[in-house]
Amino acid sequence: MIRLSHVSRIYHLGGTEVRALDDVSLDVENGEYLAITGPSGSGKSTLMNLLGCLDRPDQGTYELDGQDVSTLSPDELATVRGRKLGFVFQSFNLLPRVPAVEQVELPLLYQRVPDSRARALEALRAVGLGDRVDHRPNELSGGQQQRVAIARAIVSEPSFILADEPTGNLASGQKDEVMHLLEEMNRARGITLVVVTHEPEIAGRAHRVVALRDGCVVQDARAEAAR
Amino acid sequence: MSALQTLRVSLAALTANALRTALTTLGIVIGVGAVIALISIGNGAQVTVQRQIQSLGTNLIFITPGATNTGGVRGGIGSAQTLTIQDAQAIGDPTQVQGISAVVPEILTGAQLVGTGRNAFTRLVGTTAEYAQAYDASLAEGSFFTDQEVQSRSTVAVLGATVAQEVFGSADPVGQQMLIFVPAARTSLHVRVLGVLRSKGGTGIANVDDQVLMPISSLSQYLSRQRAANGEQLVNLVAVQAQRASLVPQVQQGITSLLDARHQVATPDFTVVSQQDVSAAYESVTRNLTIVLGFIAGISLLVGGIGIMNIMLVSVVERTREIGIRKAVGARTRDILSQFLTESLVVSLAGGIVGVAVGIFASRLIDGKSLNGQPLHTVVSGGSVLLAVGVSVAIGLFFGMYPATRAARLDPIQALRYE
Ligand SMILES: Nc1ncnc2c1ncn2[C@@H]1O[C@H](COP(=O)(O)OP(=O)(O)O)[C@@H](O)[C@H]1O
Ligand SMILES: [Mg+2]
Repeated sequence: MIRLSHVSRIYHLGGTEVRALDDVSLDVENGEYLAITGPSGSGKSTLMNLLGCLDRPDQGTYELDGQDVSTLSPDELATVRGRKLGFVFQSFNLLPRVPAVEQVELPLLYQRVPDSRARALEALRAVGLGDRVDHRPNELSGGQQQRVAIARAIVSEPSFILADEPTGNLASGQKDEVMHLLEEMNRARGITLVVVTHEPEIAGRAHRVVALRDGCVVQDARAEAAR
Repeated sequence: MSALQTLRVSLAALTANALRTALTTLGIVIGVGAVIALISIGNGAQVTVQRQIQSLGTNLIFITPGATNTGGVRGGIGSAQTLTIQDAQAIGDPTQVQGISAVVPEILTGAQLVGTGRNAFTRLVGTTAEYAQAYDASLAEGSFFTDQEVQSRSTVAVLGATVAQEVFGSADPVGQQMLIFVPAARTSLHVRVLGVLRSKGGTGIANVDDQVLMPISSLSQYLSRQRAANGEQLVNLVAVQAQRASLVPQVQQGITSLLDARHQVATPDFTVVSQQDVSAAYESVTRNLTIVLGFIAGISLLVGGIGIMNIMLVSVVERTREIGIRKAVGARTRDILSQFLTESLVVSLAGGIVGVAVGIFASRLIDGKSLNGQPLHTVVSGGSVLLAVGVSVAIGLFFGMYPATRAARLDPIQALRYE
């Protein structure tokens, strides 16, 4: 589970202090499906970067599955990312010119996991791309690219998928497809799903919605359906 | 990530920019090729010079008049520069210096030779019959003069291969008459040619093909005015052959003490050097030449290394986002570091290997070509190949380290956001 306690992230821009996150406390239970919303500049991405162990808080602590990760070194954070976290980005963030199967295999290679190729192929089949394994990003549609990214996010069987505006660059038909796939990972595999979005329709699908404004949590609502 | 995977990723990145990679590699190829080729010229010179010195004979010691220390004050007043036939005889006395197998006094002077209508200017050497033994001189035809002929002051001569060709052309010189004119003594002498020496092919310092030999006694009697104050015949050189290589230092020492005692001057008025000394002196000269050549070539290798660094820096910037992605999915600092280092190593090692081939090819091309009339000889040593490949790998590591470190230290968030 995720436990943020009084976390602040402060940027210094030419003398002025920007509190991108200001004393945020947030618990996320395993298997939850959470949306983070808020206007542009409210700190959503900053929060995601912290949750994703790409960044460290300036104040407060962050416990991930009981381990305090706010004091880990960059390399220790990298290991945590590889084992426990899967990322899905707005701009897909696939490697150029690399076939889908190798994109998906990548997290396993850095963890030196055996059978990496077989597991990558399996993950691609799980996102419905079993017939596109050798396609490169420029040979795939936006929706397909995002599915490759989802396959990459789940291949190491993480506890969490962190998706920052996963549908932001997709045509409306593909949005639903990608969200559906992410939700399936949450439902069928029990992976905790955190989606950042500014689109109310997307946020409305989640079981719990956390709203940010100026770096503070202004709303934390659970949908009745989730109960 | 395993080393093999890292190598695969690096090769993929390098082939994605094939032309750029090829040009960067070319810089190393040229550098390594230049190192190999230029060092092979230096090595060749070294081998040639050493071979020439060795071809003179074995275990030789040379005594020349005049002090080694050219900057110092020479002798005392009244001590004429003296190295005489009598000195040579004293050295040859086994009760004086032990371990000597031959003593060869030599009078050297320039001489004009007139054969069958042709003439040549060459070096005239007055010596003894032991010359042939000491200098490993064998005869292409005819015979060397004997002790008998030396004692009887015979007017005979033995020609070096080049001189024989110059004075007699295609005609057989053996038994022919020849006139020797020595400008320094303003006299001339008719001699009969006894034999022609086999060519040793030496050039420069050890050219024994371009000379004429005659008994030292005859030269002294008829063609030399080089006399010491007491009337003894002066010689320009005494070559002494030690019985064994291990005896050389001891013989050298014995000769020095003997001549010191005989000459009775404050500072020695003679110099004793062994063949090894000469060898060592030229060795250090040619080694320095090799080092200088290698250094010059090394500069182009350095430029090649800077080329690698330049392209790697560009590559790191271009692939910032890729680095961010790799870090996001779990790549550690050393994964990124080794990926970029592998790339620069692959370039430098490939350049090194191709460069060795190019360098060996170039040195083959140069081998035997003449430079200012002197034949260039090249020797590619295993050492220079190892050095060049080793240095190119070191260059790959050195110049790859900074860009790779920059890549590895990138902040993943910044890198992911990079457009
Ligand atoms: N690297 C940074 N340096 C300085 N300020 C930053 C940096 N990243 C984000 N910020 C600031 O922090 C605030 C929150 O940004 P962000 O988390 O990206 O918002 P959101 O994703 O909700 O649009 C904004 O005011 C933004 O300008
Ligand atoms: Mg954002």
